[in-house]
Amino acid sequence: MAKITYIEHNGKAHTVEVSSGLSVMEGAVQNNIPGIDADCGGGMACATCHVYVKENWFNKLDPKNEGEDDMIDQAFEPSSNSRLSCQIQVSDNLDGLEVHLPEKQI
Amino acid sequence: MTNTDVVIVGAGPTGLFCAHQLGIIGLKCEIVDNLDKIGGQCIELYPDKPIYDIPAIPECTGEELTKNLIDQIKPFNFNFHLNERVQEIKNENNNWILKTSKGKEFSSPNIVIAGGVGSFEPRKFPSKSCEKFEGKSVLYSIKDKSIFKNKSVVIFGGGDSALDWAIELSKDSKVTLIHRRDEFRGAQASVEKVKELQKNNKLEVITKYSIKDVKGDKSLESVEIKDESGKSKNLKTDYVLGFFGLIMQLGPILEWGLNIDKKTIPVNTESFETNKKGIFAIGDICSYPGKLKLILSGFHEGALAARGCFKYARPDEKYKFEFTTSSKSVKDRLGVKE
Repeated sequence: MAKITYIEHNGKAHTVEVSSGLSVMEGAVQNNIPGIDADCGGGMACATCHVYVKENWFNKLDPKNEGEDDMIDQAFEPSSNSRLSCQIQVSDNLDGLEVHLPEKQI
Repeated sequence: MTNTDVVIVGAGPTGLFCAHQLGIIGLKCEIVDNLDKIGGQCIELYPDKPIYDIPAIPECTGEELTKNLIDQIKPFNFNFHLNERVQEIKNENNNWILKTSKGKEFSSPNIVIAGGVGSFEPRKFPSKSCEKFEGKSVLYSIKDKSIFKNKSVVIFGGGDSALDWAIELSKDSKVTLIHRRDEFRGAQASVEKVKELQKNNKLEVITKYSIKDVKGDKSLESVEIKDESGKSKNLKTDYVLGFFGLIMQLGPILEWGLNIDKKTIPVNTESFETNKKGIFAIGDICSYPGKLKLILSGFHEGALAARGCFKYARPDEKYKFEFTTSSKSVKDRLGVKE
């Protein structure tokens, strides 16, 4: 279980508890957090669960999977701290994680 | 105007199998898809990737699955309308009148929306001013490469389209290829070729930059690019090309008066009809309690939607359930000789 804060592009923050084993994307979808579309349902086949993770947390996450950067290329306004939230698995270690949502997903 | 029993919007696996089920029960249909080929996501996103969860097929690729589905509906000779999108629908005397982006018209008591997560369209540059030049000097696809001869062209992207066009256009144009990171995801051979051309000063490569804006009064003059820190610079250019892959958008479907819930269309699970009489939704685009976004679920949904269409297409007949193994009329429709 981890407390995760999703910060919308307009600055509005949503903090929710997400069970370990779920992805950060699933945590957003299950809690109806706006700004994560997840069109493909977590299959790394789209780039609509794109988030930015600030440096202090970015380096604590498991490294990107093969192919994740290829999908991020196709996201709206990708950056070096971009991740696909469907590829970040929640664990106790991520308690306090903050992710920033882009202006839009497509 | 073409009269038919059902118009299927979307030629992915779900739409194709629904067409099969319509053929089996003796209904006609027309199939419309915005892509230039049949197969939907299976063919556009993962033609070579193996799929392991099609019932009774331990392993097949998106391309093989599509080919088999097309073979399966061959006996019915249904028409495909590719490169066309259904733009508008209206209801006249219990019939839906559909108009496509190419101006074709259909009249049908039933529409089956098998639209996946929407129609595929090129991803565009975020900057508003790009819209001003779109189709003229800011392009997302190339129809006639001769327009670039002896011109300067800035290409954005890191995949095969960006690399292939950079290589091709470098023969007769001044090409700059810009990508947001150092690694390119295109084929290794193309990446090598680009590096070689770069070494021989045949094209310029700039990485870790992305587009900020385009500038020009009447015609395009330059493109402004920025790095991660926001530092920007201007490049003079005649053309700007963007190859960021395809995105999927619901598009005109949103205007049809259907209930929409998180980009999906709620349906009843008896016939997969939507809130509009005679409009059905199946596959990834529909939602109901327990919905799984699997191809096999789409097949089931298509079979039931086809029966749902029957009552509007043949209001005076009673639908009779038949097995393909034993029914003479089904075998006749399939053209099977006993």
